[in-house]
Amino acid sequence: MMVAVLTYMGYGILTIFGYLRDFLRHWKIERCHIAREKEEQKDFVPLYQDFENFYTRNLYMRIRDNWNRPICSVPGAKMDLMERATYDYNWTFEYTGRVVQDVINLGSYNYLGFAENTGPCADSAAEVTMKYGVGVASTRQEIGNLDRHEEMEKQVARFLGVESAMAFGMGFATNSMNIPALVGKGCLILSDELNHASLVLGARLSGSTIRVFKHNNMQSLEKLLREAIVHGQPRTRRPWKKILIVVEGIYSMEGSIVRLPEVIALKKRYRAYLYLDEAHSIGALGPRGRGVVDYFGLDPCDVDVMMGTFTKSFGAAGGYIAGKRELIEYLRSHSHSAVYATSMSPPVVEQIITSMKCIMGEDGTTIGSERVQQLAENTVYFRKRLREMGFIIYGNNDSPVVPLMLYMPAKIGAFGREMLKRNIGVVVVGFPATPIIESRARFCISAGHSKNMLDQALNVISEVGDLLQLKYSHHRLQLSSARPFDDDVYEDIDD
Amino acid sequence: MATGQQWVLVEMVQAFYEAPAYHLILEGILILWIIRLLFSKTYKLHETYKLTEKEKEELIEEWQPEALVPPVSKDYPTLNYDVVTGPPSHKITINGKDCINFASFNFLGLLDNERVKQKALASLKKYGVGTCGPRGFYGTFDVHLELESRLSKFMKTEEAILYSYGFATIASAIPAYSKRGDIIFVDEAACFAIQKGLQASRSLIKYFKHNDMEDLERLLKEQELEDLKNPRKARVTRKFIVVEGLYINTADICPLPELVKLKYKYKVRIFLEESMSFGVLGDHGRGVTEHFGVNIDDIDLISANMENALASIGGFCCGRSFVIDHQRLSGQGYCFSASLPPMLAAAAIEALNIMEEDPDVFRVLREKCKHVYNALQGTPGLKLAGVPVAPALHLELERSSGSRESDMKQLRSVVDYCMERHVALTLARCLEKEERFLPPPSIRVVVTIEQTEEDIQKAVACIREAASALLIS
Repeated sequence: MMVAVLTYMGYGILTIFGYLRDFLRHWKIERCHIAREKEEQKDFVPLYQDFENFYTRNLYMRIRDNWNRPICSVPGAKMDLMERATYDYNWTFEYTGRVVQDVINLGSYNYLGFAENTGPCADSAAEVTMKYGVGVASTRQEIGNLDRHEEMEKQVARFLGVESAMAFGMGFATNSMNIPALVGKGCLILSDELNHASLVLGARLSGSTIRVFKHNNMQSLEKLLREAIVHGQPRTRRPWKKILIVVEGIYSMEGSIVRLPEVIALKKRYRAYLYLDEAHSIGALGPRGRGVVDYFGLDPCDVDVMMGTFTKSFGAAGGYIAGKRELIEYLRSHSHSAVYATSMSPPVVEQIITSMKCIMGEDGTTIGSERVQQLAENTVYFRKRLREMGFIIYGNNDSPVVPLMLYMPAKIGAFGREMLKRNIGVVVVGFPATPIIESRARFCISAGHSKNMLDQALNVISEVGDLLQLKYSHHRLQLSSARPFDDDVYEDIDD
Repeated sequence: MATGQQWVLVEMVQAFYEAPAYHLILEGILILWIIRLLFSKTYKLHETYKLTEKEKEELIEEWQPEALVPPVSKDYPTLNYDVVTGPPSHKITINGKDCINFASFNFLGLLDNERVKQKALASLKKYGVGTCGPRGFYGTFDVHLELESRLSKFMKTEEAILYSYGFATIASAIPAYSKRGDIIFVDEAACFAIQKGLQASRSLIKYFKHNDMEDLERLLKEQELEDLKNPRKARVTRKFIVVEGLYINTADICPLPELVKLKYKYKVRIFLEESMSFGVLGDHGRGVTEHFGVNIDDIDLISANMENALASIGGFCCGRSFVIDHQRLSGQGYCFSASLPPMLAAAAIEALNIMEEDPDVFRVLREKCKHVYNALQGTPGLKLAGVPVAPALHLELERSSGSRESDMKQLRSVVDYCMERHVALTLARCLEKEERFLPPPSIRVVVTIEQTEEDIQKAVACIREAASALLIS
């Protein structure tokens, strides 16, 4: 309660200051750093409304140095950041030329540690670069369909345990170009509250009616389903042509895992179709790394459309859609991406093939399954320690996406900067990606993190947490936080 | 206190007696009405009848959805792709046959360039393949920053912004600026990516006839009259013109100087899509602005994809900082998507280097285009659509049979005939149901700088043979 009040107060003070500064800028008392419209075009209708950019100018600019941090190495478990300095309070940045080495990376989506520049994946990608080149310069339906693409698609289908799959060059575009191909006017989309922007854009572009149900709330979903089938389309009362339920495997801002068994039960009962976006969960969940379907031990044929991306766990780029053969054949001829967008680059395709073989164990080693296990262990350990320290963590116990609540606007900037000072790179998110009073820091655990790195990170997080008073939770274990670790507790056991 | 209460009560009773009669009656009626409303049953407008649970269950049981996707027959023309084994460069192996490539947009022949490949390899050894994150969360590499600054220097603008997918570039740029209530004037022949951007922006779209400046002026004048009727609304309604430099569907060039004149006369902003003309038109390859000698600051936003002349993947927008900086927070394809893999960015930088070192390639390419254009004139049964300087031409049927399907079949037989004789061509593909103004079926002929004189002659001869054998009957 106290925290909520203080958060609102914080935003209130920032807003007042914002108005004050705008006033000063308008009357030219303060120097204005914002880019200006051209002289000849001053009498055109203004391109941006002043009010739209209020948040950007006054709140975002103050803490802008926490985002868009350039790196100059592999985005693996440790990375090198380029040092930036700002002499005018974040309006412009200059590069000092120095590089901050070996920053522990808790921000990149590198769940299985395949972001590497050595090893079998990188070697085969290098071979393909020299043989095939980098670009393709044509679309899938014209002359850009390489044999490597077909092989990769067969492999993705085998990996997921479905009949066939199709791959696209960009994960965002996979959603926004294929949802319109599947549903149109006269269909209903039931989407979760916290769905990603790409799913929302795809749903909007399709032209169907969209109804939102509360996050991971099965009663809300069932209520909407019953109401939709019983009452039909609004105003005309015709029955809906199709109902598509759109959910994600792991929600990237909450860290929560979808309740898949219940959703599938609902879908079967009401004969709706299920679109599962496994952008974060493919490769990261499940005993064999096959995603959220594997995690719950369900049959992949129950999910009508399985979608995922290769950016996160496979260290490549692009997205895929997998499902029954009829679905994929339809998409091959009717997807916007197959007709108008250039096909994937050959080295990227090769990286996907090699990393997938590694996870499946088809390359003859056990590296893949070891990494999957390491990720699961790291996740459980990290979450347990954070909770013991007294932080408020959202999300399911098994999800490698760990959001840590900050709440107050000032702490967003302070947390990011303090962690960087101590050589740890984290991601902080505030409004508009999250509700305004629920800003958070989000950690992404990787299989590449060793226990030492995690311990180091945890100690630093605890230190910063004490400094900034972030340990809001009331369930704190006095043992780990109050006393230093090397103490008398274990002496009698050792003897 | 008791006396206080009494005193107030006495005053009240006095007021009661002193009030005029109609006042009391009115108050009484109002009180009765409030009581009635409080106790009447509320009902929602659309549930004027209530269904019993049993009826609802029956409805749920009866409802049958359509199949998720309609079945596609085995010989649907776009179902079976042509498979390319090996690199898609000048000599291409398609469906098992070695052919000369007249179908991929490899205008400057950079797909196979050794320098580009070496640079991509070096970048792979340094950064790996993927970036594992969007630009905001440790996905910005120094290669991206370098490519953006190189592109902005090359195009002589203030700033450039990089996207990881060519289609998403213009489809994210348009909705970042134009919202519901704004007005966009678009050419009818605009490509599909622009159409999707327009749809996502929810603005009012007005189409003008292809390359017809009088039609555009007519629409602008109508809009001006509307604005005079409602000046308050006009002051906040933004207006944009979206055109392509070199149209992909019709292979001709937009009249840019007239557009700039219209821009200043009617106060609209211009967004220019230069996917086909970047690296092709102009003395240094800077596109249609250089071709016409228009000042690049007059164009508000130039968007292009790097998948044609630059032989990489991705796209970029360039323009003044005032315009481009906005996309860093509100371009959907930029903020919510992983960044471009660094090896592809490094390949694009090297391709830019090659373009800057040798500006003569553009002149050579233009000559080849002219040559092919002249050579393909007068093909029996086919007519050539495009301008002499366009590198991607369209061969349409002179006499259409009336049904699009049979036209496509005929053109496909021409393409197959040519492929048998080792010339790779392709049909220009589009989604028939989704395009607003469907272009006629055509064969795409692409001119690249790697094609030699004899390649061109062989291809032209082959097409003529195919056309006379299959189309004139």
